[in-house]
Amino acid sequence: MAPYIFRRILTALLLLVVMSFVTFMLMRLTPGNFLDTLRLDPQISKDTLAYYGKLYQLDKPAWQQYLYWLAGLARGELGYSFYYNVPVVKILASRLGNTFILSLAAFLLTWAVAIPLGIWAALHRGGLRDRMIQFTAYAVLSLPGFFVAMVLLWGASVTGWLPLGGMESPGSADLPWFARAGDMLRHLVIPVTALSLGSIALLQKIMRGNMLEVLGRQYIFAARARGLPENRVIYGHALRNAINPMITLLGYEFSALLSGAALMEIVTSWPGLGSLMLTAVRSKDIYLVMASMMMGGVLFVAGNLLADIALAKADPRIRIR
Amino acid sequence: MEKPRSETGLAWQRFTSDRAALAALWVLGALYAAALLADVAAPYSLKDESREHPYCPPTAIHLLAPDGRLIGPHVRGMAMAYDTFRRRVYRATPEVYPLRFFGKGEPYRLLGFLPFDRHLFIVDAPGRVYLLGADSRGRDIFSRILHGARVSLTIGLFGVIISFGIGLLVGGIAGYWGGRVDDVLMRVCEMVMMVPGFYLLLALRAAVPDSLDPLQVYAAIIIILSFIGWAGLARVIRGMCLSLKERDYVLAARTMGLTDMEIIVRHVLPHTISYSLAAVTLAVPGYILGESALSLIGLGIQDPYASWGNMLAEAMSIVRIQFAPWILWPAFFIGITVLSFNVAGDALRDAWDPLLKGRGEST
Repeated sequence: MAPYIFRRILTALLLLVVMSFVTFMLMRLTPGNFLDTLRLDPQISKDTLAYYGKLYQLDKPAWQQYLYWLAGLARGELGYSFYYNVPVVKILASRLGNTFILSLAAFLLTWAVAIPLGIWAALHRGGLRDRMIQFTAYAVLSLPGFFVAMVLLWGASVTGWLPLGGMESPGSADLPWFARAGDMLRHLVIPVTALSLGSIALLQKIMRGNMLEVLGRQYIFAARARGLPENRVIYGHALRNAINPMITLLGYEFSALLSGAALMEIVTSWPGLGSLMLTAVRSKDIYLVMASMMMGGVLFVAGNLLADIALAKADPRIRIR
Repeated sequence: MEKPRSETGLAWQRFTSDRAALAALWVLGALYAAALLADVAAPYSLKDESREHPYCPPTAIHLLAPDGRLIGPHVRGMAMAYDTFRRRVYRATPEVYPLRFFGKGEPYRLLGFLPFDRHLFIVDAPGRVYLLGADSRGRDIFSRILHGARVSLTIGLFGVIISFGIGLLVGGIAGYWGGRVDDVLMRVCEMVMMVPGFYLLLALRAAVPDSLDPLQVYAAIIIILSFIGWAGLARVIRGMCLSLKERDYVLAARTMGLTDMEIIVRHVLPHTISYSLAAVTLAVPGYILGESALSLIGLGIQDPYASWGNMLAEAMSIVRIQFAPWILWPAFFIGITVLSFNVAGDALRDAWDPLLKGRGEST
């Protein structure tokens, strides 16, 4: 199993390098650079500009700048944010954590709801309840996630039950840890619901399909013929086989949530990587863009990697390939 | 003797017997027709604003005049005032403005070249008809939805055409040749698919200068979205080619001495059309949602030009939804369009391959 994982990690690293190179070149394609903004500021002297120009080797061709950035990355330096006026690392750490909290919460909610819902729908196949679930799922899949968030925020503003965006209430830093956690949970409700709804709709559909397929197999028939109690047939035999293909989806699902989280962060003003990336892109803050892109990529790749490993553990055929 | 039906004929028959799919087709037809004829169907142009009517609620269409006489469809004047809490309120005034069907309004060029000035319905100035309410600058949301449909609906089509072209080429080559070529191409596809979509969207958008005119921004968005979307389609087509190339008629074509390219283009790809039509239809919503997300956060189509996404940008401030919930209407149209494409796509897939029906995702 070790060589398999090693190979996957190598692929993932290669992907990250390619991704960073493409992003860097894209940012360099844009006319002008971050020094143009600084140049407009009369408080910054010509010497400082020249110093920055030399420090980031702006006179050199783009590929040399990229190599310089890559070397910095290897030393753990992510460059300097010209928009926030601090090293990129300082902003990034907390933002990365926040995005991770949001994606993880949405991920857990999605799987905790979608799997039982899919099983339940499959067991009541064709009935009124099943059809209602499938119809709702279809409608939900057609709604843009940001719209769901907007409507929820609107509802919250009318009823006053939930906070309107953000991650913490003002002054919550002084509260004891459990009160802070509760406060953050309340802030999580809207972005997580809006983020999970679409994934739940899709995932339960897939789970239902898997379950139906397995339930039609002969070994289920055989198990019933042997007189096993129905609960054991369903949860002991059918479910185990139906849930296996879902493991393949784990990684993709987490990745999709991560990508969806970016837009949700912007709409619900959750201080995560996505909203940071938007600010960085708008202000052409090249090292901040690079760093957010890389962090997004790392989370993404890690999600896929974990899924690959889980799959290899569950299905021995994959390891040999 | 009954005439044997072609496979396409049979599929079409199955498709049209699905009532939901037909309804979806009609809805899409109506939306695209409205987008094409937006100038006629909308009472106002894109830029027509009225400073006296910010966030005017939808105007009621009355039939009876204030004194009770039946005078046909008309709207009342709307006067803005502030209540004791300094909130904007609108009161109907006794002035009556009859709805004129095919009346003269602002001149425009029909389909881009015919000078014309008739509108499907319109009221005389200073009356205003706001079927779905007004936005912050007193612009008619209904008119802007119709004009915005031109952007939002066509971006999906053009985007899918471009990425389908790339997908067909890459997927066709990978699936037909297999081996090394297949390996390399599929790794590239996987890479594109593995990059978080929204981050890639932002990075690509960053590379596009801000100084572009609206048409260039429109083209840039299409190219960006197709760049992200082609990989998924390429994989689907590759899978189909892999199974098709084992068929006897491909072997026959090869023994007849056709070149690889001829076989791919003339014999393999045409058979993928049926399934790819469904895949393409199901891919369109992604582009529509992508554009609306980009415009929503201010990186897409810029005001005064309308798209469903940038019209929703006003709703990013929740307070505005509270006193003017009608600014959410564009989201309804996004939802209806996406739903219709999904229903039509699913029905297409079932129609071509009835065996798939009721299994897996195609329930």
